[in-house]
Amino acid sequence: MTRFLVRRVLLGLVVLWALVSVVFVMFFVAPHDVARLIAGRQASPDTVAAVKRRLGLDRPVLDQYGTYLGHLVKGNLGYSFYNSSSVRSLIWARVPVTFSLAIGGAVLWLLIGVASGVIAATRPRSWRDRAVTVFALVFYSMPAFLLGVIFLYFLFFRLHLAGITFFPGSGYVALSANPLAWAQHLLLPWLTIALVTAATYSRLTRAAMLDVLGEDYIRTARAKGLRERRVVYRHALRSALTPVVTQFGIDLGTLLGGVIIVENIFGLPGLGQLAVLSVTQQDQPVIIGTVVLASACIVVANIAVDACYALLDSRVRVH
Amino acid sequence: MSALTELEHLDGSEAGFGPEPIEGRSPWRLAWDRLRRDRVAIGAASVIVLIALMAILAPLIAHLAGHGPDAQDFEHGLSPEGLPRGPNGNHLLGTDDLGRDVLVRVAYGAQTSLLAGVAVSFLAVSVGVLIGLAAGYFGGAADTFLSRFMDVILSFPFLLFAIALVSIVGPSLGVAIGVIAFFSWASVGRIVRGQTLSIKEKEYVEAARSLGAGDLRIMFVDILPNLLAPVLVYLTLLIPAAIAFEATLSFLGLGVVPPTPTWGNMIADALKYYQVAWWFLLAPGAALLVTTLSFNLLGDSVRDALDPRGERLFRRR
Repeated sequence: MTRFLVRRVLLGLVVLWALVSVVFVMFFVAPHDVARLIAGRQASPDTVAAVKRRLGLDRPVLDQYGTYLGHLVKGNLGYSFYNSSSVRSLIWARVPVTFSLAIGGAVLWLLIGVASGVIAATRPRSWRDRAVTVFALVFYSMPAFLLGVIFLYFLFFRLHLAGITFFPGSGYVALSANPLAWAQHLLLPWLTIALVTAATYSRLTRAAMLDVLGEDYIRTARAKGLRERRVVYRHALRSALTPVVTQFGIDLGTLLGGVIIVENIFGLPGLGQLAVLSVTQQDQPVIIGTVVLASACIVVANIAVDACYALLDSRVRVH
Repeated sequence: MSALTELEHLDGSEAGFGPEPIEGRSPWRLAWDRLRRDRVAIGAASVIVLIALMAILAPLIAHLAGHGPDAQDFEHGLSPEGLPRGPNGNHLLGTDDLGRDVLVRVAYGAQTSLLAGVAVSFLAVSVGVLIGLAAGYFGGAADTFLSRFMDVILSFPFLLFAIALVSIVGPSLGVAIGVIAFFSWASVGRIVRGQTLSIKEKEYVEAARSLGAGDLRIMFVDILPNLLAPVLVYLTLLIPAAIAFEATLSFLGLGVVPPTPTWGNMIADALKYYQVAWWFLLAPGAALLVTTLSFNLLGDSVRDALDPRGERLFRRR
């Protein structure tokens, strides 16, 4: 297990280095004039040259690359062009929002996906199975932003008109300030992220469960007189979860995408909102900072998912 | 069910009596026959054809409605307060915040969505097939490198990278198509690589090699045709994903630039007025959902027709 983890972490570092380098190429090497972009359209050539010098853009590319990596390793992400505050503090202030959103959404999507898959698989071809299938199809086809907008319209606006003000339409309350209000403000965003992705998991779980439930050891477990509940959840679900975990690792990027969209719809002051905002403000250091941080998070989360996978299925560790 | 129809067909009036002469049917022919009998597939395909017609005939719709996609109707398009007007005789699906006809704009939006969906899918599938084929066929170091590369792309936080990229090169339809294709080909590549790995061990590939066929010939003449079934399935399932992705980019203001109408940027505009103008939100939203839903249903049916024993995503007989 240790060897597996060490190798996985090393691979993760390589991936992270690749991502960071792609970002560097995108922003500093690609044929476009960053200095001109920063200085503004009406800047004089002198200003552009000054900006170039200040950012070190006149130095050789490899030299710039070294400085860039050095700054990243030290956690120095530079300063926002827009309001001169440090990128690290900008990002740091928004991390709690994004984490609350991402973790809650992921937990909810796994719960909904796996539970509905099990419900469908234990009674194949029943009305429950069909209902799960129809919902899965609709949510699978639904872009996240559309579901968010639909929730906003019906569960926020129409319910407010009807006098039910349970769902807030926007804003964020810190977990430490008021846990209940925190969950209440995040409920619609969580549901949006969860339902859109849960559909895939529901299908995956259903297919895997149907396979596993036909295996001999399940018949043995039933013959021993175990209760059905125990057979389904202890014996079958455990091995049916392997494809679910694999898919979860692949979908971490999707989770991040969902977070970006949902933050922008529900007015949550998180990293996704910051990313879109800084693109409209042409605030390069902030964009770079969010992309690098998000890549690092994904790499770390991928390692965690692989570790879970290895725990669930011992065959993985051998390879 | 299908066996029964077969029997009825044998008993059918045009056959007269006695068994019909035996006719060889290729796997593609069999799949086509299965697909034609699938009522859901026919329904979904009809909806897609209707949407494609709407896209193609958008200028005609604009002509009949009497308003261009970007024309602002100051006379009937806005209420005295300057707000969008609901569905009425002048504008069948109402108007947007600038007094433009929603129906006409939804029709023009279909052009962008379908173009993006189809272009991305063909681009992604071509690249995915080439790289997957190369990785699977050559194996060794090439395979390791290409597979790792595909893994990295698949684990990219793609929406964020798309946003970053658009911030540099500026938003446009071409950029959106390129970005989406770049993040979509790797999943096709993985499937193709896996299939190639098993096909290249088949006897007919060995036979071709012993007859002196070169690598390129084996890859494209002997292996590629056997990959077409999964690739076709992927093609149909990539289209709705690409349409949704383009709509998302446009929704965030990073795809097609206004005033060109797309379903995504219409929904973004409508979001500012949803409390007073539900039609403005409903029309592009419904168009988008119906389109992705139909493509997914069709893709699922295509998968079933080509591989009846395989796993279907949404339906099971």
